[in-house]
Amino acid sequence: MASTATTTSTWGILAEFDSAAEIFHACEKVRDAGFANWDAHTPFPVHGLDDAMGLKASKLPWVVLVVGLSGTFTGTALQYWVHNYAYKLVISGKPYFAWPAYVPVIFEMSILFSAFATIFSIMGFCRLPRWNHPIFGSARFEKASDDKFFISIESADPKFEATRTAEFLKGLGAKHVELVEEEA
Amino acid sequence: MSHPTAPTLDAQSASLPASSLWSKSPIIGALIGLLGLGGMFATGGFHGEGLFAYLVAYLFFFSLAMGALFFVVIQHATRAGWSVVVRRLAEILSMGFPALLVLFAPIAFGAHDLYHWTHLDVVATDPILKAKSGYLNMGFWLGRAIFYLVASSAYAWFFYSNSVKQDANGDLAYSHKTRGASYPALPVLALSVTFAAFDWSMSLDPHWFSTMFGVCFFAGGMIALLATLAIMGHSLKTTGPLAVVTTEHFHDIGKLLFGFTVFWSYVNFSQFMLIWYANIPEETTWFAHRWIEFGWDKFSIFLAIGHFALPFFFLMTRHTKRNKVTLLIASFWMLAMHYLDLFWQVMPTEQHHGPHFSAAHGLSMLMIGGFFFALVGVFLKKSSLVPVKDPRLSESLRFTNY
Repeated sequence: MASTATTTSTWGILAEFDSAAEIFHACEKVRDAGFANWDAHTPFPVHGLDDAMGLKASKLPWVVLVVGLSGTFTGTALQYWVHNYAYKLVISGKPYFAWPAYVPVIFEMSILFSAFATIFSIMGFCRLPRWNHPIFGSARFEKASDDKFFISIESADPKFEATRTAEFLKGLGAKHVELVEEEA
Repeated sequence: MSHPTAPTLDAQSASLPASSLWSKSPIIGALIGLLGLGGMFATGGFHGEGLFAYLVAYLFFFSLAMGALFFVVIQHATRAGWSVVVRRLAEILSMGFPALLVLFAPIAFGAHDLYHWTHLDVVATDPILKAKSGYLNMGFWLGRAIFYLVASSAYAWFFYSNSVKQDANGDLAYSHKTRGASYPALPVLALSVTFAAFDWSMSLDPHWFSTMFGVCFFAGGMIALLATLAIMGHSLKTTGPLAVVTTEHFHDIGKLLFGFTVFWSYVNFSQFMLIWYANIPEETTWFAHRWIEFGWDKFSIFLAIGHFALPFFFLMTRHTKRNKVTLLIASFWMLAMHYLDLFWQVMPTEQHHGPHFSAAHGLSMLMIGGFFFALVGVFLKKSSLVPVKDPRLSESLRFTNY
């Protein structure tokens, strides 16, 4: 097989921990050290890790609220337009603007818009879909869905410096630290 | 996460201190109750319209106690961990049932003033009431009422006493026993609350019926309980015995309060929309009375806004649920709205020219509320306010929301 020469650059650094308690305290130290572009990867949800990582409250609820309310408005406007202008019909002797009959559709439209807002905002915030991620280049990372705990710090972080950051993570009790490459 | 030492709690620090105002609630409650009782007698409140006011107040505290009992049973049935620190408070509130058994007397003796179907001469000439008389007759109605109240009191005592017994030795057998009993308790209590709502509130208009009436009443009861838990929880946290109840627990109570506010709106609107849509005179009368016909339209609109729209937006964000002041505002507001909801169910039967409040409304709330909290106060003093040996206590003590 002909090998093509590809240039690689450092995407970041990956540190492996053995237990939830270890990564919990390591996250607190990484947070306090002032890193910004970093993440924790655990096989199951760890209570209180959000605070240990210093994560701010998600903006997702606000997006969902605004889009959900626009669904409420769309459902109302759609039915009002249909029943009062586009296709006037007297249905079981009710007035054209028979608002109680509108409510189930308004309700469903609010839910539909909220659900779309949620799923597409999450995809947007997480930059999905994508074909691959540099972190999957690490063979050890497969254990992140089994019994190992990882902290990754990206080279894009202003405080990142390959050797110093590796030493820092080892000092936090990491069992294994490796550089993760990405294709330039 | 692993915890090197599981947090524990001793019975002493979770008990009501003698200095707390709550420890005087048996006496204060009894005095307020007697004041209300005297006032009701003095104003002739046990006749005619006063009895309707009494029924509203009775349904208020009955729904609260039912909500408390349901809360306890559901925690056992789902083996809930988060709620252990507030469960004892609900157990104690459900122990108000025996008081309600006695306080039912004015309704039983005043049934002739309250319920149209008790007038046998009217029933004899009314084909609809005649057909319903196999269910709506004094003997069966009273028998059912006694069953609901005795069954609820017995269940309340069962769950309360087994929980308190566990405080002594932490025997897991008590947890297994209460969990095993919780499953058959659910249908018994669900049928009791449904038919109690049918018998005491819906039968005020005996021609009318709605199969959703019971679940609407249940939703209101859960709101009353959750609001009361938030208020008493914060009060007893400040006093000391419930210091272990944290923002995380209040956040969950707030979430449930929000959820049941939405649920109340959902079932009430469903009941209304189906009847409005079908437009059958036999069914629409009840809503017609609560609209322009009896001058209750503004009250109905106020209820829709105050019981749904305002709390829906107010309680939506986590900040209002986690903040003491805003959660207390929402709780007091929802208790007031729950009273007005029951007022709206009962009073149009009597008030055909718009809603108005009388002294009997206040006096009956003082009377029933006073005696109810007098009995609740006895149990507040009797045991620690947290099940200190519950197997899920440590889970509850370190509970956090994501």
